[in-house]
Amino acid sequence: MAKSYPVIIIIEDDPPIRRFLRTSLATQGFSVFEAETGKQGMVEAGVRKPDLIILDLGLPDMDGVAVIKAIRAWSNVPIIILSARSSEQHKIDALDAGADDYLMKPFGFGELMARIRVALRHGSRLADNGDAEIFSVENLKVDLLNRLVWLDGEEVHLTPIQYRLLSVMVKHAGKVLTHRQILKEVWGPSYQDNAHYLRIYMSQLRQKLEAEPTQPKILLTESGVGYRLKI
Amino acid sequence: MMNERPDPDALLARVDRESAKARRGRLKIFFGAAAGVGKTYAMLMAARERRAENLDVVVGLVETHGRKETEAMLQGLEVLPQRQVEYKGAVLREFDIDAALKRRPAIILVDELAHTNVPGSRHPKRWQDIHELLDAGIDVYTALNVQHLESLNDDIGQISGIRVWETVPDTVFEDAAEVELVDLPPDELLTRLKEGKVYLPQQAQEAAKHFFRKGNLIALRELALRHTANRVDAQMLDYREGHAIREIWQVNERILVCIGPNPLSERLVRAGKRLAVSLRAEWIVAYVETPQLQRMPAEKRDAVLRILRLAEQLGAETVTISAPELSDAIIRFARERNINKIVLGKPTRRGWRRWLFGSVVDVLIGHAHNINIYLLGSPQGAAARHENAEISLFKRGSLPGLSQRGAAKAKRRYLGYVWAVIVTLLSTLFAYAVFGRLALANLVMVYLLGVVYVAMRFGRGPSIVTSVLGVGIFDFLFVEPYYSFSVADSQFLITLIAMLVVGVVISNLMINVRSQAKVAAHRERRAAVLYAMSKDLAASQTVREVARTAVRHVYTEFGSRNVILFANPYGRVCHAKQKPLPESLLGADLTVAQWVFDHGEMAGQGTNTLPGAAALYFPVRDEDKVIGVLALLPVNLRRVFLPEQQKLLETILRQIGQAVGRIHMTEQARLTHAQIEAEQLRNSLLSAISHDLRTPLATIIGSASALTEDEGRLQPPDKLDLCRSILEEARRMASLVNNILDMAKLDSGILDLNKQWHPVEEIIGTVMNLVQNQLADRPLKVELPPGMPMLYADSVMIEQVLINLLENAVRYTPAGSPLEIMVKSASKEVEISVADHGPGIPPGLEERLFEKFYQAKHETAQSGVGLGLAICRAIVEAHGGKIIARNRSGGGAEFIFTLPLDKSPPVLAEN
Repeated sequence: MAKSYPVIIIIEDDPPIRRFLRTSLATQGFSVFEAETGKQGMVEAGVRKPDLIILDLGLPDMDGVAVIKAIRAWSNVPIIILSARSSEQHKIDALDAGADDYLMKPFGFGELMARIRVALRHGSRLADNGDAEIFSVENLKVDLLNRLVWLDGEEVHLTPIQYRLLSVMVKHAGKVLTHRQILKEVWGPSYQDNAHYLRIYMSQLRQKLEAEPTQPKILLTESGVGYRLKI
Repeated sequence: MMNERPDPDALLARVDRESAKARRGRLKIFFGAAAGVGKTYAMLMAARERRAENLDVVVGLVETHGRKETEAMLQGLEVLPQRQVEYKGAVLREFDIDAALKRRPAIILVDELAHTNVPGSRHPKRWQDIHELLDAGIDVYTALNVQHLESLNDDIGQISGIRVWETVPDTVFEDAAEVELVDLPPDELLTRLKEGKVYLPQQAQEAAKHFFRKGNLIALRELALRHTANRVDAQMLDYREGHAIREIWQVNERILVCIGPNPLSERLVRAGKRLAVSLRAEWIVAYVETPQLQRMPAEKRDAVLRILRLAEQLGAETVTISAPELSDAIIRFARERNINKIVLGKPTRRGWRRWLFGSVVDVLIGHAHNINIYLLGSPQGAAARHENAEISLFKRGSLPGLSQRGAAKAKRRYLGYVWAVIVTLLSTLFAYAVFGRLALANLVMVYLLGVVYVAMRFGRGPSIVTSVLGVGIFDFLFVEPYYSFSVADSQFLITLIAMLVVGVVISNLMINVRSQAKVAAHRERRAAVLYAMSKDLAASQTVREVARTAVRHVYTEFGSRNVILFANPYGRVCHAKQKPLPESLLGADLTVAQWVFDHGEMAGQGTNTLPGAAALYFPVRDEDKVIGVLALLPVNLRRVFLPEQQKLLETILRQIGQAVGRIHMTEQARLTHAQIEAEQLRNSLLSAISHDLRTPLATIIGSASALTEDEGRLQPPDKLDLCRSILEEARRMASLVNNILDMAKLDSGILDLNKQWHPVEEIIGTVMNLVQNQLADRPLKVELPPGMPMLYADSVMIEQVLINLLENAVRYTPAGSPLEIMVKSASKEVEISVADHGPGIPPGLEERLFEKFYQAKHETAQSGVGLGLAICRAIVEAHGGKIIARNRSGGGAEFIFTLPLDKSPPVLAEN
């Protein structure tokens, strides 16, 4: 059955936020379903085949991270988490567990829509198995097949690690990657706690790819969490 | 460290303890003349009566000795099980004080007050166990024979020829609430003895038979009756005083008992006690230590110590006076303390010696006009008995380690005699060399010089040897007839005698001077110790420091490893968590320490409580409250128990207590101050929040209600306007709430920095990304030289600092004016500044800006709560940096913060 509207499930216990999300997302043409608890949310996720899940981390019945893990056991559906400001580590745990993006309360509607758009695109790219192609954003072009990088049409030479770092970012373009996730993919599991490696290589990469390294446009920093490649 | 706020449970426990102390238990003594008069029976009788009155009566320990009638009396009474103690292979049964304290009956029966506990028990004596029971508020019934009373012990020993070592201090008897005399005529007692109704220990059978003579029994009965009568007499007096029957009463009666290092002293003390009791007078036992007495062997000095302790047990105040001369010291002390009776031993010097050297008694009689003097004679054949008595005095619990003296002294003395011979030979050589050229009188002077030298250096014995040798050789070699000891001219006899006398006198003088100098040096050293310690204590800022200072000083003074223990808020003494000093005593026994803390008395080795413990434990008091315990492992008990050392230790303990007290007071004051500050802060927080939260709320509610209640009259642009202001105000509130939360986090100390290595440009890049909306219309220049070192910091926090500074700049400078961020690195730190081109900071406010709730302008439209800069400062300082504000020379303000570069960044592993 072809879906005409993208389906979004909101798992959130606070009624006013649910109401605000439901109303505003419905006007944007999404089919919205709501769940008040984690358990109910998981049931909904199984039944509705959603394109996206918006999950609040502070649920009354169970830990949001547990919900993510449960869903990730059988689905790659993009998950955007909502978190209160004070729970930095909680947020990282949720991303490590497989969430795609996060929004800090309070957030504006514009921000929410931007995140949803990115997540949906990312989700569809995964579905299309489209990581074999040439990726491009702003003035950057990356050929993942031939391991080539161009900036403004000119080829840029990267060291093997720099390239590996960039390719990991490209593979997950648009998604927030925690330090831990990137370290694991680029350097291997035993380097998961050496975040300063990542920061140094990231800054080298920015020197080569960004016009103004202090005001990056492509390789964005998610403060205290990790990095994201803009799409 | 002691926590200043005790928890309610601890307080309650303390109140309980104190009220228990207030209703101290009552002691009832069943008092008899000898064993077998029926004290135990009478005691059980009384207990049954109380039981019948439904009181909670428990038998702690009763010796029935297998007597049927007594055993029958036990029926129906609860009997506590006894403690089994292993001692030297045998299993002995003892009264279980802990079980009794745990059971907490209203009345407990504990037989044989004078009993001595098995070594290793908490207290050496049963009366001390009972003392503790009374302290715990439990009434105690007990039994006592007259011969066990300390003050009568000596007399009864003389009457009966048998001396018992198990004694009870008179104070216990006097402080008893009730004494019931259990009386049995001697004839009846003897009959009972014949019938085998009196229990006698197997091994003491023979001695006991000797004891149970009718004459003895009559004397003992008389003593018991008289003692009880005295008590009744005293009660009568109390009653009269209590009921305001005022008579002229010699309240100031004070008795001074002077003791010396002789066996008579013990009797003097007992006599003094009896006199004091009969006169109801205060009594003081004094020991005057003259230089001569200080030279006594250690054993004799220890005997004096022991007698002073005995006096304390009998209820006397004891004093040790150091003075050069006995009689002067006594008279001075007597005047100072308003003494009107002095008890002394009879003078030992008799006949010509008394006439020649004088006697203390004569001097006293001559000088102390308004003081009555009592002389106590020694019994016949005293000389022979003295030795025995002296030995017995040591047997009665001599202190381990008290009698130690090196061989060095003996060696020195021996050396003196060698020198005596050498000096005489030298004098002779010289005299021989000049003989014939000088007059004989001058030769005598040469010898005399030798005598003076030896007297000065080596004391009396060698100087006498020098005199005698000198006189002999002089006579032999230089006085006619030569080479013979006979003296032709009798006037040389005078020379000889004079030489001898000069030698003795000078050596005596020298010895006095030297020992006085020694005493003075001791005193000076003690004063120096105290001075040094009080200086160090005054400099100590924390209880921990006080403890460490004290431990060090006590170690230097007493040579003993020691430790000061404090109680936790629950009143339990515990080991300190800090690292021990080399002088610290490890493994102090907390049970003993707890006992000392609870009872405020010393315990441990050489004391009456828990003498089995390795260390000595002293309470440390601030005023009357026990605040800690000093545990000390004595290398030598003498160093702790000598009267002067004891005084020094007391002073030290007091100083420690005061120092701790002072710190607690300061702490209290600081806490109060902090509370006041917190109160002020809360007030300004409340006023700031109420203003800064209500203003945006007013806009939000107003706009939202306008939208909700709109009846179609609002135009689309108006609606948009209202929505925008709702959004704007809500954002303002959000940032305000964030600031308040941040500040609360920083204040409460929850904040733990997640420090990692970060490139500076990444931090700045993140900040610029986050504030780009607010900075929309402003040019922002970033000055970041290449090759900046990495920062070891919590990036989120540092970003917060930059965001706050930028927001501040935006808020207080005109729209469109440019901003700058500059980063500079020095050798030890990185300096980051945020500068603007606005009106600058009003002069004098550069520092105040960083205070909480401080705002440059009050109640303006652009106000925040005034927390932004306070948060910046807290974060920067948590990183070990500094933040300042200043005006730039070219106009505008500049906020500069530094972050230290005290760690070197990690090296990248080649990959």
